[in-house]
Amino acid sequence: MARAGVQPPVPTPLAGGHGLDITHGTTVVAVRYVDGVVMAGDRRATSGNLISHRDMEKVYPADRHSGVAIAGAAGPAMEMVRLFQLQLEHYEKVEGQALSLEGKANQLSIMIRANLPMAMQGLVVVPLFAGYDLRRGYGRLFQYDVTGGRYEETNYAATGSGSLFAATVVKMGYRSDLNAGDAIDLVLSALFQAADEDSATGGPDPIRGIYPIVATISEAGFDRQSSESISGRFASLLGRMSTESGGSATVTS
Amino acid sequence: MSMPFYVAPEQLMKDKADYARKGIARGRSLAALVCEEGILICAENPSNTLHKVAEIYDRIGFAGVGRFNEFDQLRIAGVRHADLKGFSYSREDVEARSLANAYAQMLGQIFTHEMKPLEVEILVAEVAAARADDQLYHLLYDGTVVDERRYVALGGDADSVAERIEAGWSDELNSADALRLAVGALAGPERTLVGDDVEVAVLERDGLRRCFRRYTDAEVDAVLAGAAPPPIATEV
Repeated sequence: MARAGVQPPVPTPLAGGHGLDITHGTTVVAVRYVDGVVMAGDRRATSGNLISHRDMEKVYPADRHSGVAIAGAAGPAMEMVRLFQLQLEHYEKVEGQALSLEGKANQLSIMIRANLPMAMQGLVVVPLFAGYDLRRGYGRLFQYDVTGGRYEETNYAATGSGSLFAATVVKMGYRSDLNAGDAIDLVLSALFQAADEDSATGGPDPIRGIYPIVATISEAGFDRQSSESISGRFASLLGRMSTESGGSATVTS
Repeated sequence: MSMPFYVAPEQLMKDKADYARKGIARGRSLAALVCEEGILICAENPSNTLHKVAEIYDRIGFAGVGRFNEFDQLRIAGVRHADLKGFSYSREDVEARSLANAYAQMLGQIFTHEMKPLEVEILVAEVAAARADDQLYHLLYDGTVVDERRYVALGGDADSVAERIEAGWSDELNSADALRLAVGALAGPERTLVGDDVEVAVLERDGLRRCFRRYTDAEVDAVLAGAAPPPIATEV
């Protein structure tokens, strides 16, 4: 059985000569921790070999208790997020009760499936969806492929061009008893390593003050971490790296 | 060929209005009050699951009296109107005034063209940054829109509820005072209402995005017993 679209979405030129330079978003990652899920995404958008946007946001709240992180063609992905947010809110208001987490995940799956014709022409959108399941009392995360296939992951998930590297770092550092701080440090080092290997993934940018977007989703709701706290965590992460290995290789969280 | 009986249009409208008013008078009343923390909406409603008060959009709330299925249909149409507008343009472009006009069109259309008018009165409320800019639109069964200030009462017993609110009114009401005043006004001199008998929601003035917030029965009881109102929720 093959899962379509799990390979990093690479900008593919359209049939018949000149390809469109489509803006692409890149690495996003989600990790489960004891109180819920952490989601994070880098800030770079690229058009071919050029950086088209330095402070793009790829992690959005879907509603109070779930978030969606996007990778792939930026335009359709942002449109999909907007529509997804609207659908969840609309359902909640009309029915007087929010959808179950499972219901939200399936809804997103239908939207990705509807995007398949666009995906065949190169406008691939493969988000991550994660949230706190209020009925079951723990965090859950879902990965998708271009056909709308929905794959629930137990502990972590990553998507986008740098996802291989990010997922490996998370895999090495994952423990089932991670608290929120540990989980944030883990996703930051995963994004750092992804940016180190993948040209389409942006690393921390202290000159402009641009850092990955990180959000925790727990029973208390979707909570986006401040840029100051992320820059502080990066500073200590980079400090640990340079003392441990002269800046060359692995990071332990 | 048979000839239908001639009925004067005046008579027809009067009959329809009487019919609608009678239906509304059978239901329980509700009141909305502008207060320091926002707009408090309080409805007498023994059900905990069938809501008379609901959220339409970020800063817009809805309340209805009369036939449940009829005002619930209007509520859903309102949510759709607001969500569609917010999605096509921007969240800032969704306004209570335009929604009230849309409702007036629907109610007026049904009143004049359908056999049976809707037996409902509805309230569309929008909370603003300043108390003076809050909007309360009271819509009647025939599409009449009344733009209210300070407070409004809807339902069969609306006049006496409004009198009792007026008697206890102050421009400095906070949400706890407003809740006590509303519950007292809905109950009247002969009854006492508790949290389980009413449905309370506040459109919070300082809310970040979705400002509509329901009070639980326990929160209502605590405020009625003299406690401070529950803190304002901050959310995404």
